[in-house]
Amino acid sequence: MKTEEAKLYFVQGLPLPETPKPSQEPKPWKGTEVIGKPMPRVDAYERVSGSAVYPSDTSLPDMLYGAILRCPHPHARVKEVDTSGAEKMPGVRAVISGKTPGADVDWPYLGGKKTKLFAVICRHEGEEVAAVAAETPYQAWDALKKIKVNYEVLPFVVDERKSLEPGVPSIHEGGNRVGEQKYERGDVENGFAEADVVLEESYRTESELHTPMELHGCVAKWDGDRLTLWESTQGVYSVQARVAEVLGLPLSNVRVIGHYMGGGFGSKLQPGKYTIIAALLAKKTARPVKLFLTREETYLCVGNRPPCNMKLKAGVKKDGTLTAFDFSCVATGGAYPANGTGLVDWLIRDLYLCPNVRTKLTDVYVNAGPARPFRAPGHPQGSWALEQMLDALAQAIDMDPVELRLKNIPTYSQAREGNPPYTTTGLKKCLEEGAKAFGWKEARKKEEPKDKGHIRRGVGVASGLWFAGGGGPPSTVVVKFYSDGSANLNMGASDIGTGTKTIMAMVVSEELGIPPKKIQIEHADTGTTQYATPSGGSKTIPTESPTVRAACMDVKEQLFKMAAKDLKTDPSDLMLKKDEVISSSEPSKKMKIADISDFKKRGLILGVGYRGPNPENKVVNPFASQFCEVEVDMKTGEVKVLRFLAAQESGRVMNRLTFDNQVFGGITMGIGFGITEVRVLDGNQTGKIVNRNWHDYKLPTALDVPPKITSMPVELEDPVANSAGAKGLGEPVTIPTAPAIANAIYHATGVRATRTPINPLQLCQLISDRRKEK
Amino acid sequence: MDDRKEEDLRRAKGVTRRAFLQLMGAGAAASVTGGTSAAQPTPEIIPPGEMSKVTLQINGRRHRLLIEPRWSLLYVIRERLGLTGTKIGCERGECGACTVLINGQSRYACLILAVEAEGIEITTLEGLTKGEDLGPVQQAFVENDAFQCGYCTPGQIMAAEGLLRTNPDPSIEEIRRGMSGNLCRCGTYPNIFKAVRRAAEIRRAKGGA
Repeated sequence: MKTEEAKLYFVQGLPLPETPKPSQEPKPWKGTEVIGKPMPRVDAYERVSGSAVYPSDTSLPDMLYGAILRCPHPHARVKEVDTSGAEKMPGVRAVISGKTPGADVDWPYLGGKKTKLFAVICRHEGEEVAAVAAETPYQAWDALKKIKVNYEVLPFVVDERKSLEPGVPSIHEGGNRVGEQKYERGDVENGFAEADVVLEESYRTESELHTPMELHGCVAKWDGDRLTLWESTQGVYSVQARVAEVLGLPLSNVRVIGHYMGGGFGSKLQPGKYTIIAALLAKKTARPVKLFLTREETYLCVGNRPPCNMKLKAGVKKDGTLTAFDFSCVATGGAYPANGTGLVDWLIRDLYLCPNVRTKLTDVYVNAGPARPFRAPGHPQGSWALEQMLDALAQAIDMDPVELRLKNIPTYSQAREGNPPYTTTGLKKCLEEGAKAFGWKEARKKEEPKDKGHIRRGVGVASGLWFAGGGGPPSTVVVKFYSDGSANLNMGASDIGTGTKTIMAMVVSEELGIPPKKIQIEHADTGTTQYATPSGGSKTIPTESPTVRAACMDVKEQLFKMAAKDLKTDPSDLMLKKDEVISSSEPSKKMKIADISDFKKRGLILGVGYRGPNPENKVVNPFASQFCEVEVDMKTGEVKVLRFLAAQESGRVMNRLTFDNQVFGGITMGIGFGITEVRVLDGNQTGKIVNRNWHDYKLPTALDVPPKITSMPVELEDPVANSAGAKGLGEPVTIPTAPAIANAIYHATGVRATRTPINPLQLCQLISDRRKEK
Repeated sequence: MDDRKEEDLRRAKGVTRRAFLQLMGAGAAASVTGGTSAAQPTPEIIPPGEMSKVTLQINGRRHRLLIEPRWSLLYVIRERLGLTGTKIGCERGECGACTVLINGQSRYACLILAVEAEGIEITTLEGLTKGEDLGPVQQAFVENDAFQCGYCTPGQIMAAEGLLRTNPDPSIEEIRRGMSGNLCRCGTYPNIFKAVRRAAEIRRAKGGA
């Protein structure tokens, strides 16, 4: 597992401290009293009353506002920056550019590539050229307009399909090929020869933008040579590491606070250049600086899901046995190395039993903003191809698509070396129970008369697994247990909206019998809380829950030692029940926690928990099957998603309320990926992004989601995965959504839409093309 | 956007434009209404940096402020008055994170200049609590887990409050339409719908208002 963990995107480029092994691993829960119940969030009051202070709400005395000047061209050399005009503008307190002493720092990308913070060659629209700090944001924006930049505009390429063509401008020395990854098992040609049916299809998924509601940015403040950042982030420790590296500061001198944050979806796993720029402006002015991007800027330079061009050839026998997959993909992580093809082929390699698989991934540069990890990197793209292909194969051999999937369920990971088994494979149950609850067979059979008018209905299914989602070390948690029966939970993890704080309070409550109201949580602050990896990869619950449990075990061990003195018994004989310590052999021997003499004297017990290792040679992955029904207007090409059912196997359900909420959210995002969202770059004339706002880049609204989404947890006991038995949910739930819709549209219309988004424009074209064919 | 909201917006523009014109004086009025005759007097231009006096009525409190005429109501509420329950999402009327009530109706604070808001009753999220007690919509959002990251939530709550003040018993379709001007990237819409229905119940049980 070591090498695989090192490759995980959410910790890429981070120095990972190793946490010691926990002194004891708690045994899996038998029954639970708090865990699994639908509990409203512990921080709900703060969030609905407005008292929660998000990083963008932070305001400090004497604070200035920062703004960044960005290159308007997709590819240009900065020849001269004249900031003199800006410096004279009212309210301006600092202007910095690449020439400014101290601002001449390197900015690291993946694979050791570095550029300057203020790049000399701007390789995408929106690259940072200069920055300003002023008394108000309005004055800062005014000043930006007075900075004169002499650009040498260079030829560009923004379409990754053309990036490797001869004569196309090179974005980096050595050409536009970032890298190529190949994978092969079995004998693919032989596999196709054995097949009764072989199909081949091309698929394309468009670039999707995270656009979390809270803008990217931070407030930066120096106290001498110590820097404090209030950053909207998924991981305070990853921000600390990167900022310390770029500015050459000791880790201890960079404190990052991120108590609340307004969404990230992978785009806030790391700091941005804006973080460094805010720190530099604050240093230069000796005043705190608030620098949050505008919405338009977030379309340019804080990540995206790479656009993917995929080809999939697949063979199947008449009985539904898959014989071979041959997959290739050309994708782009933008203008810098950013894992453009990362994990795109994973589902093809691992989701269904198939002995012969070959994949080839080609990552190229284009003059567009670099990608950042986006909710289940690679998976929704690969799923788009694989799940539509499964649908087509099922039809070709006249088999129900659910049946075909059921025929090919693995119990071990085929793509990993040594074929380690999954701790649980919930896929079969997800398909069977999901289909039953959805009424799949009946809905599928419903044949509509051909002359019924222009409204068609159809149902579709798709499945998925998530490559990570098992969590793992490192993580450290401290639980402070007071003798009045209240506790403080101290952990470094961010709560990005998934309910981390609530669920960890529930774990403490379960273990120590403390009502959640008496648990105070301190989290996401490198100055005061313990090390945690960023909240991403759907690994926060399976990473932190066992760690919190371990900390509670440490508390109990110390508590029992103290109580054993009073009760004159052996500590190992004691157990905790609500606010009492009881002897399990002689239940009459008991006492209130508050009466334990040593505890009264000490006042508090400090329990430390470490995240133990994952099971060796086993894989912990969540699974999903989703079913949906759509209605298509054959005249307008409009698609209405009528209902959705998500059967999700993510191990133990920790909190039914937050579980269901994640399911709704993942499906909503999948609907966006499938039918509304596309980043449009003007490839022919300007190379600029033309839909840099929520009006032109359409997120699903309240009117675009079906009124009925059914969340159906398929809860399998998984005592091996970790001591909480929980697996990740946030990412697996968005993986099969889009292809499930595409398959339902095919069922409704007989038209296969292989490109995202399936908007009226595309669908009308496809429907009309098919009419012409006939 | 539904018809009701559009009508509301038109009405808001009417109201606020009047306030704006009063402030700018008659000279500005001619230019704003689009007259092209050569005899048109030059409009008075207030340059950036020059401050105007304005009195804002927010959550029942009067705030007398010196502001630049170009400052948005959103900027003044958040950054000058520190009422950060009103969030910033796009500053161009697309996401609804900055939704406040203007004379009881939900509006995007980013699309209103602070100078236009003179004399108008403004309610922000903070104005929905009584002391520390949550209002019905806030309570319903808690019970139904109608948020994840919570950043769009203040706007969602204000939109729901505005909806329920005009339509105390909305159907699910009316709720979906009424809430469609507020984006939630976490995608918690189904829970938001439930929360709005629940809030309607709580309000009715309390005797409306």
